[in-house]
Order: sequence, then structure tokens, then C-alpha cells
Amino acid sequence: MRDFAALFTALDQSTRTSVKVSALAEYFETASEPDRLWTIAILSGRRPKRTVTTTLLRAWAAEKAGIPLWLFEEAYPVVGDLAETIALVLPEGDKSSNRSLSEWIDIIRSLSAVEEGDRKRAIFEAWDSLGQTERLVFNKLITGGFRVGVSQKLMTRALSQATGVDEAELAHRLMGDWSPDTVTFENLVLTRDPEADLSKPYPFYLAYALEEDPGALGALKDWQAEWKWDGIRGQVILRGGQYFVWSRGEELMTDRFPELSVLKDFLPEGVVLDGELLAWDHEAEAPLPFNDLQKRIGRKTVPKKLLQEAPVVLLAYDLLEKDGNDLRGQPMAERRAALETLAKSVPEHVPLKVAPVLQAGDWHGLAAQREASREARAEGLMLKRLSSPYLSGRKKGDWWKWKVDPLTFDAVMIYAQAGHGRRATLFTDYTFAVWHDETLVPVTKAYSGLTDAEFKEITSWVKKNTIDRFGPVRSVPGELVFEIAFEGIAESPRHKSGVALRFPRMVRWRRDKPAAEADTLEGLRALL
Amino acid sequence: MPTAKLGSMDGVLRYTDRGIYCPAGDFFIDPWRPVERALITHAHADHARAGMGHYLATEGTAPVMRHRLGEIDLETIRYGERRVINDVTISFHPAGHVPGSAQIRVEHRGEVWIVSGDYKVEADGLSEAFEPVPCHTFISECTFGLPVFRWASQDKVATEINDWWTANRAEGRVSMLGAYALGKAQRLLCMLEAGNAPILTHGAVEATNDVLRNTGIDLPDTIPVTPETDLKAYPGALVIAPPSALGSAWAKRFGPVSNGFASGWMRLRGVRRRRAMDRGFVVSDHADWDGLNRAIKATGAERVFVTHGYTSVFRRWLESQGYDAGIVETEFSGDATAETDEV
Repeated sequence: MRDFAALFTALDQSTRTSVKVSALAEYFETASEPDRLWTIAILSGRRPKRTVTTTLLRAWAAEKAGIPLWLFEEAYPVVGDLAETIALVLPEGDKSSNRSLSEWIDIIRSLSAVEEGDRKRAIFEAWDSLGQTERLVFNKLITGGFRVGVSQKLMTRALSQATGVDEAELAHRLMGDWSPDTVTFENLVLTRDPEADLSKPYPFYLAYALEEDPGALGALKDWQAEWKWDGIRGQVILRGGQYFVWSRGEELMTDRFPELSVLKDFLPEGVVLDGELLAWDHEAEAPLPFNDLQKRIGRKTVPKKLLQEAPVVLLAYDLLEKDGNDLRGQPMAERRAALETLAKSVPEHVPLKVAPVLQAGDWHGLAAQREASREARAEGLMLKRLSSPYLSGRKKGDWWKWKVDPLTFDAVMIYAQAGHGRRATLFTDYTFAVWHDETLVPVTKAYSGLTDAEFKEITSWVKKNTIDRFGPVRSVPGELVFEIAFEGIAESPRHKSGVALRFPRMVRWRRDKPAAEADTLEGLRALL
Repeated sequence: MPTAKLGSMDGVLRYTDRGIYCPAGDFFIDPWRPVERALITHAHADHARAGMGHYLATEGTAPVMRHRLGEIDLETIRYGERRVINDVTISFHPAGHVPGSAQIRVEHRGEVWIVSGDYKVEADGLSEAFEPVPCHTFISECTFGLPVFRWASQDKVATEINDWWTANRAEGRVSMLGAYALGKAQRLLCMLEAGNAPILTHGAVEATNDVLRNTGIDLPDTIPVTPETDLKAYPGALVIAPPSALGSAWAKRFGPVSNGFASGWMRLRGVRRRRAMDRGFVVSDHADWDGLNRAIKATGAERVFVTHGYTSVFRRWLESQGYDAGIVETEFSGDATAETDEV
């Protein structure tokens, strides 16, 4: 654990990417094979299964620290991280463990089989034998959520440096459904064996937001324009008589979309499609609001009624594999043509559609279509260079998202709550209300969009103006007005206001506006 | 004799909208609005404010107050010296917070109250060491009144800082250390290994250094940074600057730097990350959790009022430990998220 804790410290102690990458690369060069494998797993979000509940952990930490549980619970939101809170309250420990990272993980995993008393003894023993940072790492392994300022991309880059395997190739190998129990470092990282994992998706190519005038992109004829849909980006894989659905967040979602299983009856073997999963209104030939899709995402198995109310389709916009061959190196235009040919053979009732390409004479014409995005139930446009290959990860140059400006309204802050993690000492999470019958009705929460200086100022205001406290939430007088941007609005019986907003965030603090001049619920509903 | 009601402060001392007030002596302690007579625990801006008719402070505090507040009517007092104001006996005792800082003892008809001001119990080699003073009622700060706040020894942190400096120097980087100008900056100066490389100072820090040097405090040699300073002449230097200067246009002159910040808040990873610091050093001029508990116990007080910090939690803790405990609100009261300036 010592070397992994040292790595953790090195990653934690620098804000410079180059330092982080070289610390990781050095670790990958020297660590034992099981440790390397587990490190890759942890830094790509594959943590060991939780074997101790956080409720028990809190109680045991308080006991070990000799403090009442309520005091521990008061300290936790201030620290903002459970693993760290535990490490901070435990009695001073300056030991260091000879056990390796993977040995500790084995110990943690073995706890699921033992009874509670032994589990507690094992945890206490672990705390006793570990140093300060090692304890934090150990606690994080138990509680999960290993966020150390290292993205998967950075980790992949470091691993590429350490092994000499090409970064994009490595990104592909690290995708999909694997765990340190099912692979070795050798066959995950070093040797290519695509047959080994039929479900393995390709790394998604992600677009950057277009900030400048699209004219700067050159001639329109070199570009393909599509709607930017508001669904779930997904890859559908048809291999070996099976089908797999992956979300962009690398979550295997096959079981959530049973209607897509018919694809394998109509499409040939060895096909990978990239597209948008959308709840579809078959009558209007348009997507249903995101809220309807949300109902589907939340459920691992789907009741029949929901399947009928919110049927899902794949709106495909790219073909990454055909006949088992990787097409990503081919130009967009050729992949698109192959996609259209492939889709032609699919009958109407199959939930696969090809995302339409928008036609325009020039950028102005396209800009005019973009203005109509909301009517098309889209968020704006996607621009893809016709000659571009399918890259992995977020790369500038060939794919752009050109979203419409968000909708905005002015709302009054009525509750404030402290943030988590790096914002644990600031009030950053606010509830906003709009006027309805002379009272303020809460409509949404938002917690991003302001500067640190503004958050600091508002924090001080909240402290001086607290009316009431409900646990961590402070109620404040309805005085401060903020402009809230959002991407969409839908009816929602679950919300007091009757509406739910999509992607709400603060655009700015309207110091110039008195609360009385904030917007009304009726005004907001008019946007429905 | 007036006795305080549990939970609200109303006895030898009383809470008012202008600050802590002694009715029998007719004076205030660290008031935040203009009053006729103010007793000042220490020179930090949230305790020593402008606009008072008459000030009383220790000999160590007075020069910094004059430097910060200009022409003021200020009388000084030695540690341990007793004075009588109207019918009330007062004396100042070392608080160990910053040079010159004091706890103020107030005695009226045999009942003794102490206002701690800000304090720390660990000797830092610079400030006069904290002195426990017996009392009936203790008004304690609790900036770090949660069990997650515990400080390592000063020696250990000094090693961390010096190692960081050495590593930066080897990489051709300047070490930029953020610290509050009064107290923390000078304490850090004394923790640095002389001879590693030159120590440069921001103007705000150097001004306070000068004031303290003039009171006879021995500080290591520093080179103030001015627009004319040739920074190339000091490769691998360490710069002490107020936190607000880090990452500013002023800091750009130094080329590649590693940013460090010395504060008790650096105990929390989240706070350190929010400040986007390369390194956080846990150095505080306030008592940590153990220090607060030790100091309170040492006074022998039965009643404790808490202020500045995690007041509601710390009060509940003290009650569970058998104290009568209450909260003194300050103008900028707040608990869980207080991140005041001079910590």
C-alpha cells in the first residue's frame, strides 16, 4: 500500500498535469502486476464491491476516535468526504503497511463472508496498521468514489507512456466489461485480443462546443450537419449472436432497452452503431421529452406499460464496425453511406432510425435551421467534418456541437446548502423560486455558474441572513435574484411547481434586480 | 451579584450589538462598532477595529495597531499587570496566537471571567506562550472546534515546508508561500531553514516584519520585493506573500512557481483543492480540537461561552462534557463554513 499511497499523495499534491502523468507512469513501471491492474480498475471507476455499509463505518470510526456519533456526523459535511473524515478523526497513526494494494483489496473483499464482529475487528486492525494517507486510501477503497483529480484520459496517457502501447488503442482496450478478476494485465493492456470480449465498445468520440462563428470552419460543403439530440449517447454492439448497449458513461445498459433486441434479427453480425437513445413519439415522429427517457434509465427491468408509454429507439449517426471490421479510420462520409445502406434493409417497425442530415445552401441557412432546434425537440446542431475519422475521446477540430442559446429566467434564492468536496466550506447549492399568487414557489436547484468570489460573498450573506435551519439547509429571505439558464422544461407532477427543468444552472447574479421583479410561474409555464 | 443565565451571556460580561461589554467597568472587548473604551486582545483586523475613543492593548500589540489604524488614543499594558477600571480589575495574559496577543481577565466582586480572544496552546517560538488562567467563566473561540482538526507538531510541518522548498529549488522553481501578513508570515519565517536560499517578501508582509522587528523581535533576514527587484538574482527563492497575491499579476513576475498555502484549513483536502494550491501546509495560529479542550479544562471554568467558529456543535460537545455552555454571537457569526481571514 505504501507505493500506492505515495502515488495518491503525488497526484494530490500537484495541480500540474505533467507531474501527475509522470507520477502515474512511474508507478505503472514499478508496481506489481496485480497492483497495476487494480490501479487501472480504480482510476476507471471499477471499485471493489462494497462489503461494509457506510452506516457501520461511521459508527466504528466514531467509536475508534472516542467521540460520540453525532459529533462525527457534524464533522462529515464540513469535510465533505466520508473516507477523509474517518481518516481525520482516528487517533494519530504513523505506521506503514507492508501489504500491497491488491492484498488490502482482497482483505476488503473477503469481509463480505464474515460476520459483523469479525468485520469490525478487521477494520480496526487495518486502521491500526496503516499510516495517515494509507488510511485515507483504505477508507476510499471501502467507500468507493476514488476521485483524485485524475481522469481516465490522464491515466490512459500515463499507461501508454509506461507500456509503449498507443494511447487511443489503449483507451479501446480499457473499455467495456472487465474486472481485475476476469483479466490479467498482460491480456488487458499488452496483448490485443478483440475476440476475448464480444461486448467491448469503442471509445466514444466527443465533440467540443462551438464558440466561434461557424464560417471559421471553412466551406459548408465539407461538413455534415445533424440535430443535436437530447437523449443518451449510446453504442449498440451486435456480435456473436448477442447484442449489447453501452452508454457514454461506459455503463452496460442492455437490459434496460429490451426493445432493441430485435436489431439482431435484422442486422448482420459484427456491427457497431453509435447514436442517440431516445424515448420516441411514433405518431409525431419525434422524440418525447427527456423526462420520459429518464423513467426508462432509472429501471433495470422495464414494466410493459412503460415500454408502451416511452418506447426507445436508436437514432444512429455513425457506423463504427461492419462485418467485424473497424471502420473508424474511414472518413465520416463513407461511414455515413455504409450506415444508410445498412439501415435500408431494416423494416419500419424495428426501433432503428438513421439520424437525418440537415441540408442548407450556406452557413446562414443552417443557422436559421438551428434557431428552430427546439421545435424539432433538439438542443441545436452537430457539425461533423465529412473527411474526419472517428477519433477517441474529446478532440478539437472535426466534431462540433453548436447548441442553441439556453432558455433563461430570473429566480429568487430561498434555500442554501453547503457544497461537497472542494466546496465544502461554501454555500454553493441553492434552491430557487418564482412568484405565484404573491408567494415564492420553489422551481429548481442549481449549484454552478458563479465565480468563487461570488460564492464566497453569498456564503457570508447566507450566514448573516439565516432564518431557519433544516439540517444542512439554511432558509434565507427571498432577496437575492439570479438568472437561471436551462435546456428544457416539462410537466412534472412530482414537483411542487408542476414543472421540471433540464440542466438548470446559474448564469449570473442579478444584483440589479429586486426580488419583486423576478419571473412568475405562469411565465415559466408559457415555455412548456 | 449578577450571574449569567444558562445559554445567554449576562453577568460580569454581556453580549451587545457592539460587542462584548462589561457593565460594571463600562468598557468593551474587541468591539465592532465605535465605543468610548475598548480593550483589544490582538491586532488582527476583526478584533482591532478603527473608530474607538480609547484603546487599551498589550505592548506587543500596540505597534501593529498603530501601523494599521494610524493615529489612535492607545494606552499599553504589560502581561500580568493589574488595573482597575471603575470597580473592575482587568489584566492581559498571553494567548499564544500572534506576537502580543492576549486573553483578557475581568474580575468583579470575586467573579472572574476570561475572554480568550484567539489562541493556540502550542508554543511557536515567536508569540508569547499561551498561559492558562483560572476563571469561573471562559469565553473561548472555537474556529477549529471539530475533531477533524488536529495539528501535527510545528517541527514536522517545518520539515515538510523545507523539503518542498528544496525540491522546488532543484526543479528551478520559486516557492510561493501564502500566509497572512501578521503572525503566520513571521512564524513561517522562523520555521524556514536559513541558508537554503534567499527569502523574499511581499510588501504587505515586509511592512509587518518591520513593525515587529522594531519591537525587538528577531526575525530572519528577508528581501522585500519591489518593482525594481531583479528576481533573476534569487533563483530557487521562497516568497512569502498574502494569500490574495498568489496567482495574481504580481506573482507572474516570478516565472515558474509552486504555490503553497499555510493555514489550519489545509487540513481539509477539499479546501486545498478549491484554492488550487500545489501544496497545503497545516499551520494554524488557532488551537486545534485537542488544544481547545485542554485549554478549557485548564481554566477550571464551569461555564464556557463559545464564539468564532463551529459554535453550536462545540457547545453541544461541551455540554456533553458537563460544562454549562452558551454561544456568543459575533457580528459575522457563522459556524460550519466560517473561513475567516487570519487563520
